[in-house]
Amino acid sequence: MTTEPNSESSADQQEASAVPLLEADSFPPAAAHSTPVRKKQKGERAEGGVVPQENQLDPSQVEEDRTSHRSSTSKLSRSPGGGRSVRSYKTMQCKVTLLDGSDYTCVVEKRERGHVLFHKVCEQLNLLEKDYFGITFRDIENQKNWLDPSKEMKKQIRGAWNMGVAWNFSFNVKFYPPDPAQLSEDITRYYLCLQLRDDVVSGRLPCSFATHTVLGSYTVQSELGDYDPEESGTDYVSEFRFAPNQTKELEEKVMDLHKNYKGMMPAEAEMHFLENVKKLSMYGVDLHHAKDSEGVEIMLGVCSSGLLIYRDRLRINRFAWPKVLKISYKRNNFYIKIRPGEFEQFESTIGFKLPNHRAAKRLWKVCVEHHTFFRLVSPETPPKKFLNLGSKFRYSGRTQAQTRRASSQIVRPAPCFERSTSKRYIMSRSLDGAPQSTPKRSSPKRSSPNRSSPKRSSPQKTVSPRIKPPASLNGTKPTEMGSDLYGRAKGIAVSDLITTVTPEKKVEERKAEEEVEVEVQVEVEEEDETTKATEMSQPSPTSPIRHDTKTELTDTCVDGELTATESDQDDESELKTQDTVGTPEELLKHATNISELKRSFLETGADTAGLTEWEKRLSSSPLRSLRLDEAPMIEPLELDEVPSKEDEREDERVMDAGGSIEEEINHSPVDTKTTVPKPTFEEMSPELTALLHSARYQTSTGGWTASPAHSQALLKTTEKVERIVLQTEVVSSQQTEEVEDQPKEQPAEDQEQPVEKQPDDRPDGMEKQAGQQPEQTSALESPEVLTFNRADVMEETEMLVPQDVPVIHTEMKTITYRSREGDADTDPEAGVLMSAQTITSETTSTTTTTHITKTVKGGISETRIEKRIVISGDADIDHDEALAQAIKEAKEQHPDMSVTKVVVHKETEITPEEGEE
Amino acid sequence: MASVLPYGRFTHAVVRGIPETFGKVEDEKNNKVENGETTMDLAKAQRQFGVLTGALRQKVGLQLIEIPADPELPESWRIEDVAVIQGDTALITRPFKQQRRSETEAVRRVMSELNLTVVEMGAEEGGSAGATLEGSDVLFTGREFFVGISSHTNYRGAEVLADTFRDFAVSTVPVCGGARLKNICSMGGPDTIIISNSDGAKKTLRMMEQLTDHHYEVLTVPEGAAANCVYVRGPSKVDYLLHPPTEECPESFPAFQKLTDYTLLPTACSEASKLGGSLTSFCLLINRKTYY
Repeated sequence: MTTEPNSESSADQQEASAVPLLEADSFPPAAAHSTPVRKKQKGERAEGGVVPQENQLDPSQVEEDRTSHRSSTSKLSRSPGGGRSVRSYKTMQCKVTLLDGSDYTCVVEKRERGHVLFHKVCEQLNLLEKDYFGITFRDIENQKNWLDPSKEMKKQIRGAWNMGVAWNFSFNVKFYPPDPAQLSEDITRYYLCLQLRDDVVSGRLPCSFATHTVLGSYTVQSELGDYDPEESGTDYVSEFRFAPNQTKELEEKVMDLHKNYKGMMPAEAEMHFLENVKKLSMYGVDLHHAKDSEGVEIMLGVCSSGLLIYRDRLRINRFAWPKVLKISYKRNNFYIKIRPGEFEQFESTIGFKLPNHRAAKRLWKVCVEHHTFFRLVSPETPPKKFLNLGSKFRYSGRTQAQTRRASSQIVRPAPCFERSTSKRYIMSRSLDGAPQSTPKRSSPKRSSPNRSSPKRSSPQKTVSPRIKPPASLNGTKPTEMGSDLYGRAKGIAVSDLITTVTPEKKVEERKAEEEVEVEVQVEVEEEDETTKATEMSQPSPTSPIRHDTKTELTDTCVDGELTATESDQDDESELKTQDTVGTPEELLKHATNISELKRSFLETGADTAGLTEWEKRLSSSPLRSLRLDEAPMIEPLELDEVPSKEDEREDERVMDAGGSIEEEINHSPVDTKTTVPKPTFEEMSPELTALLHSARYQTSTGGWTASPAHSQALLKTTEKVERIVLQTEVVSSQQTEEVEDQPKEQPAEDQEQPVEKQPDDRPDGMEKQAGQQPEQTSALESPEVLTFNRADVMEETEMLVPQDVPVIHTEMKTITYRSREGDADTDPEAGVLMSAQTITSETTSTTTTTHITKTVKGGISETRIEKRIVISGDADIDHDEALAQAIKEAKEQHPDMSVTKVVVHKETEITPEEGEE
Repeated sequence: MASVLPYGRFTHAVVRGIPETFGKVEDEKNNKVENGETTMDLAKAQRQFGVLTGALRQKVGLQLIEIPADPELPESWRIEDVAVIQGDTALITRPFKQQRRSETEAVRRVMSELNLTVVEMGAEEGGSAGATLEGSDVLFTGREFFVGISSHTNYRGAEVLADTFRDFAVSTVPVCGGARLKNICSMGGPDTIIISNSDGAKKTLRMMEQLTDHHYEVLTVPEGAAANCVYVRGPSKVDYLLHPPTEECPESFPAFQKLTDYTLLPTACSEASKLGGSLTSFCLLINRKTYY
């Protein structure tokens, strides 16, 4: 969901990453949705306990202290209340408004990821075909956001609307099946009906009077059963809500129709309802306000078949998914790249302006999800691996194809469930879906007519407010589906079939958290030809000279602007961790910046999403080309890089001067430090270059800064410097985030990393791979440095090339900061730096930071990829395996490259350095 | 949706006779008439009108409601323009020309008598001020509306239409290759669009294809005038197509013959076409049977 600050996501994921790893091992996938015992315990504790909310210490907190000692600042900042109560921290009461208007409350651990809550709700609802549904919450702007199942709730919810004492959510249909008849279970259709009734009543789903009457009549049949002249009066339907503006005439028509349905089962009536409602032109269309390129107010509608453009109620354009090559967003702009039509020669990119960055990201996500769900057979693998640039965000649930397959496997007797009263007397939700008032339970629930007794004329008034789980079904309600129109032959009701397993989670897992850091260096030597082959994505290599690249860039300016995708991503923060631990000066700067950044992040809910920009670039790089081909059209991000970021930021400033404070804050550090042009990335893509180009003009004031940056980065290029600066800032931002967000152990570790670990690693690099080691010296000016570097590089390359062995010698190194500085003198080999970039990507359990530097020496272009993988997780990680896996992946992705060196740094709670591999 | 049937299931047709003032309109349209010898042949026009209505009543089997001609309203025979009907809802339009707006009165009355829900475009002032809409710019396919933005129909008019028929997608398309949308295309079956072969029409068609969620068969006819036909699936479950005769469109006849199992009814409208009219201009088609 867009609400969460992007900046959070990196930290977020890092943390979250630890969990999946463990879970994956210990739980069968089927049990994934079940609630781990441990959480329950906590929940219970919190519920039952009379515990004061403040100043409560408990053992886990102690642990936390131990592990997080590094981040003292962060701790301070994150608990404004002063006291830290574990309970108040860790658990939270959630209220989920269900589709029938009732509320489901439960207690969750705040750090739990979204799917935990989602699965709880589905369990409560006895819903198996859950992939069509999701949980929403209102963000700070009262916009509806989907709770991302794979992310921590806490991170997503911060700053959200109405989230004070308890978290408020709604359970909603996320993907409206184009053909509801294909759903397997009546209960699924029932929930879909409930959603659609609300959509209709609220006006979100507009329909004609005639349609209101038809839909209303089926609703009545489904809830009340057959029309009974004796029992029902003349206004028995007036307690229902059928339409935004309900009239007596409408009610009369509904009654007229209702009389014709004698003998119709509830499920049947719902099916008729759905058959009618699905034909409405706005069925399943998720609307977003936007403006077109000329500033005209329009609506963008995302649906199963594509993207619809509306002006008022009129459809003015439509882009079916197959026509869309790429979807991206940048700042508050949303772009789609369209496949050339029959008569067009070129792809075109169309841009829309959304109210803000968050809205753009939200729209982008919804598009990605809809496309994946409806168009793909299986979800795109999230860019976990090596060298992924761009947002990590992918739809991770099942696609429609998959969920259909899965639901065809459902073998349970059709669950018996109560059909609760629809929203009656209740004002419809406001159009934008403002939190809806809970329907009065005062009107007794009527149990839906039973299948066995179609003619049920008298509503039962005994009903329990909620849909009963299968277990309760046996009693009065037989579940024979035989007569059901849409019935599937389901066996005899055995409620047990559905029970989910509750796997136990080791409570201790978290206690001992360990971080394994693996640094893999891959070096590749490419002949010029090779590079050429891949030039599409990386145009530069042959021309060492900056000017050339620049000129190229300018050509593509326009295009570049359009294609750039996600900006303001968090991902870079990761990068920094690696690179930035730089010079003391830098650190100082960080320190100073942190507070600012922190503030900014807090306020902004930072928009920095993940690694996005980088990923995109990568995608354009030859290395990734294979994968790209496979990849579906939706490319979340296009080349985004630091420079582009700057660019954007600059733009933003210019454009929305006086905009949000947060942004200003975020950017300010950057601006001050930025130096002039940065040619480095140009090679990656012309588009980037274009961005850079524009950026340059804007940021011409910069001066030289000391660069902690990695190595080769040739001090020569001012651009590098700039980038570095940026990164460092990012880091700081990340740190701030951590401070805020992660009260627990992990943050502490994270922070340690930059300070302690990194230095360690680098020295290694310095020795053997001089080129890649970060330079701490600010000596941009000194020629000597340069030469040094060259020498080192030479060495390295020699050494590196010969090694093909996949498993390399791994070293554990603990090197102090100082040593690093001392090494700083060494310079990477000269050559001409063609490009340098840093990419960060995260998977569930690992964080990968990749530096790619490209240099040209004597006609040979050398691409050096330095990859740093941080595997964080609880005690039980198999380091060797993780390492092997990482290396394997690296090799798979870059078969031409050889891994020359692996440095493993393992850190356990207190003793950062320990254990070798 | 309440009354979604495949396109073409009509039971009634509303027409309006040819007044003796036929063709006596002092407007751009008249001046546009190219050949000097384009004097209107009133008798011929009335004859053609008679043939058309006869075909609708006797061959197709529709109930025909004929509104008497009004000499005060020389263009009132173009009844298609003044109402858009879908299901049981009739939107009374606001024609572009001020003098045509009084044509709506008689039509409104008939719609009410047919028990249709009559929707007005609203006061000349206020929300829909400036909105103009003519039925000859509206193509209803049974699944959705396309509204051609032309010199007679503007965007606001399309908005009113969209607001009236909320069940359906209403897409706007540019009108290229003709004055009105229905000059270049019409329905030739439940999922068949007949369209002229001109470049402009193709452009409009491409836009329609892009905008639609559905798939339509496209029947391309070489002559522009042939693109306007009247398709009705009559009460006898036979597909009828009223189309311009071979005298008017000699090259298009083979195209119509591709429509298998159709009963083709060549129907002349050469006089009306001199005024920019066409077969669909003469009638409003209604289905009143689906009313519950």
